[in-house]
Amino acid sequence: MTDSEEARSARHTQEVADRYWKRNLRLLLILLAVWWAVSYGAGILWVDALDEYTIPGTGFKLGFWFAQQGSIYVFVVLIFLYTRLMNKLDREFDVHED
Amino acid sequence: MDVQTWTFIIVGGTFALYIGIAIWSKASTTGDFYIAGRGVHPVVNGMATGADWMSAASFISMAGLISFMGYDGAVYLMGWTGGYVLLALLLAPYLRKFGKFTVPDFVGDRYYSNTARIVAVLCAVFVSFTYVAGQMRGVGVVFSRFLEVDINTGVAIGMAIVFFYAVLGGMKGITYTQAAQYCVLIFAYLVPAIFISILLTDHLIPQIGFGGALAGEIGSQIAGGENIKLMDKLNQLNTELGFAEYTSGKKSMLDVLCITGALMAGTAGLPHVIVRFYTVPKVRDARRSVGWALFFIALLYTTAPAVAAFARTNLIEAVSGASYAKVEGEKSIPQWFKTWEDTGLLAWVDKNSDGKVQYVAGDALAGKPSFTDQRGAHGERVVSNPNPDTANELYVDRDIIVLANPEIAQLPAWVIALVAAGGLAAALSTAAGLLLVVSTSISHDLLKRVFVPSITEKQELLAARVAAGVAVLIAGYFGINPPGFVAQVVAFAFGLACSSFFPAIILGIFVKRANREGVVSGMLAGIVFTAAYIIYFKFMGGTPDQFWFGISPEGIGALGMLLNFAVAFVVSRFTPPPPQEVQEMVEHIRVPVGAKAPTGMH
Repeated sequence: MTDSEEARSARHTQEVADRYWKRNLRLLLILLAVWWAVSYGAGILWVDALDEYTIPGTGFKLGFWFAQQGSIYVFVVLIFLYTRLMNKLDREFDVHED
Repeated sequence: MDVQTWTFIIVGGTFALYIGIAIWSKASTTGDFYIAGRGVHPVVNGMATGADWMSAASFISMAGLISFMGYDGAVYLMGWTGGYVLLALLLAPYLRKFGKFTVPDFVGDRYYSNTARIVAVLCAVFVSFTYVAGQMRGVGVVFSRFLEVDINTGVAIGMAIVFFYAVLGGMKGITYTQAAQYCVLIFAYLVPAIFISILLTDHLIPQIGFGGALAGEIGSQIAGGENIKLMDKLNQLNTELGFAEYTSGKKSMLDVLCITGALMAGTAGLPHVIVRFYTVPKVRDARRSVGWALFFIALLYTTAPAVAAFARTNLIEAVSGASYAKVEGEKSIPQWFKTWEDTGLLAWVDKNSDGKVQYVAGDALAGKPSFTDQRGAHGERVVSNPNPDTANELYVDRDIIVLANPEIAQLPAWVIALVAAGGLAAALSTAAGLLLVVSTSISHDLLKRVFVPSITEKQELLAARVAAGVAVLIAGYFGINPPGFVAQVVAFAFGLACSSFFPAIILGIFVKRANREGVVSGMLAGIVFTAAYIIYFKFMGGTPDQFWFGISPEGIGALGMLLNFAVAFVVSRFTPPPPQEVQEMVEHIRVPVGAKAPTGMH
């Protein structure tokens, strides 16, 4: 037996909605910290320090690699990770669709 | 078969495909026309977003830009991909839950103000037209280069195609054509890249070959028996010729930070990108769909820097010190050099009269080459505007890196034809997405929501079609008579999107207290500041030494965005909070449950 969406919405108290939102914001902050670290951090601010190292077996200086390759790979992973974690969170708080 | 025949077959075939899709996916309601009836599968929407996003500039010019910028090219690579993380985490799911048709819809409803709505409409229309002029021009250029038709005829053909599927199919037609266009353009980009990677490094995957050692047919010649990494060789070649090391940049760190920031926030604030995530059925589809969009974009964006490095290494090796005329026993220029010299993308001036191409740092010419009809002592095209202050003899247009790739790698004729079809797909798909934003802004945001709320569904759909038609004509006009400032105004498009929409939408979702007074003054402050800085430096003769803290006009949007946030925050504190129903709306968009089913209703 499934609830109608209206019935579920109505059951939600403000308190649950606030907890859901807090958990969402915490997840966002963690993921955005990674987003910041690989692009602005590794790709720009720390690029000279990281360029001292080369990725073993390749000709890539580490900072340069982050700026032109690595950050983009991390971005893709971050979005899919976010999708997964949010879908889980939605179910946990019973705010998912259908 | 020769290149010409192949190009006609492949370009003609892809055009027939686009028209076929348009007829199959004709829009019958405004819901279809604006947001494809919210029935687009997230992966298909991801592909469509990829094609929508990647313009003629991404396809044709970006690898070339990076090739000449080295490390600094990262501002485009990170800036034009990192914005999707912001889009996925901060915007797309909530806007999808909001469930209307456009970005001005959100701004106008959330800030209970038609002033805010109209400011948003003006920004959306301005940003979109800025962009679309460049796309139509791109269509013309590809046509003239590969099919030897006049640029204007090329623009007209492009207009006819876009007119057909945008006016007939609206968002529905555009979405499925864009998905097809993505397949064409990515195939056209990857095939030559893979071949070049094999030739230079013996690696199948360009992203890996990029970090590998020189090997393979051309690579082992360049290495000359040494075991040396491509990147090391490239740094060495660059330094020997007096260029900056490829892996280190010339821009100041603060400028790189600001440009990257402005491009990221600008990407996330561009209306034609945001509106794509209104087309999927559910909130969770919107999240997933951004992931797929970035995946499809990343395929091209991680390949581009590899192509840039390969092409730069190959270019320097092939032409530096080569004699223009064939001399027995000496290194002479390759055949493609002359082909591209004929098109005007390469030029050589024998400044020291030794008959050899001397390629070093500095501008060889004063601006773009202006060719005379004569041929020089060695058979080269004579240029009337050499720059006497440098020893550099070679002018290279950055577009050559992608356009000449297949020839440089001696690939078969069909691959060259494919690159033409890919460039057209990139330009047409972006143009169509932008034109739709313009038409929706007029018929929905201005007519339906502000001036004639009583308009019927049928009339609104007709208005949308007429607006799309008129927008195509205006875009075509700009394509045929390009305003001289197109290149400059691209900075404008990103600067505006990032200093106006991005903060307004973020605040609308995450700060319940953000109100009409705050956000309207924030948007105005952001726009005025950013526009003033760009206008001063791009049109009123400001010079780089006057930049604030070395921040170029491309990066100033980042400061404009911070200003917008700050003003909106402070003014909101001191003015009345938003009405109760708006606060409830914010609560409502924050949770996925209760998203409306696919509907064409308002």
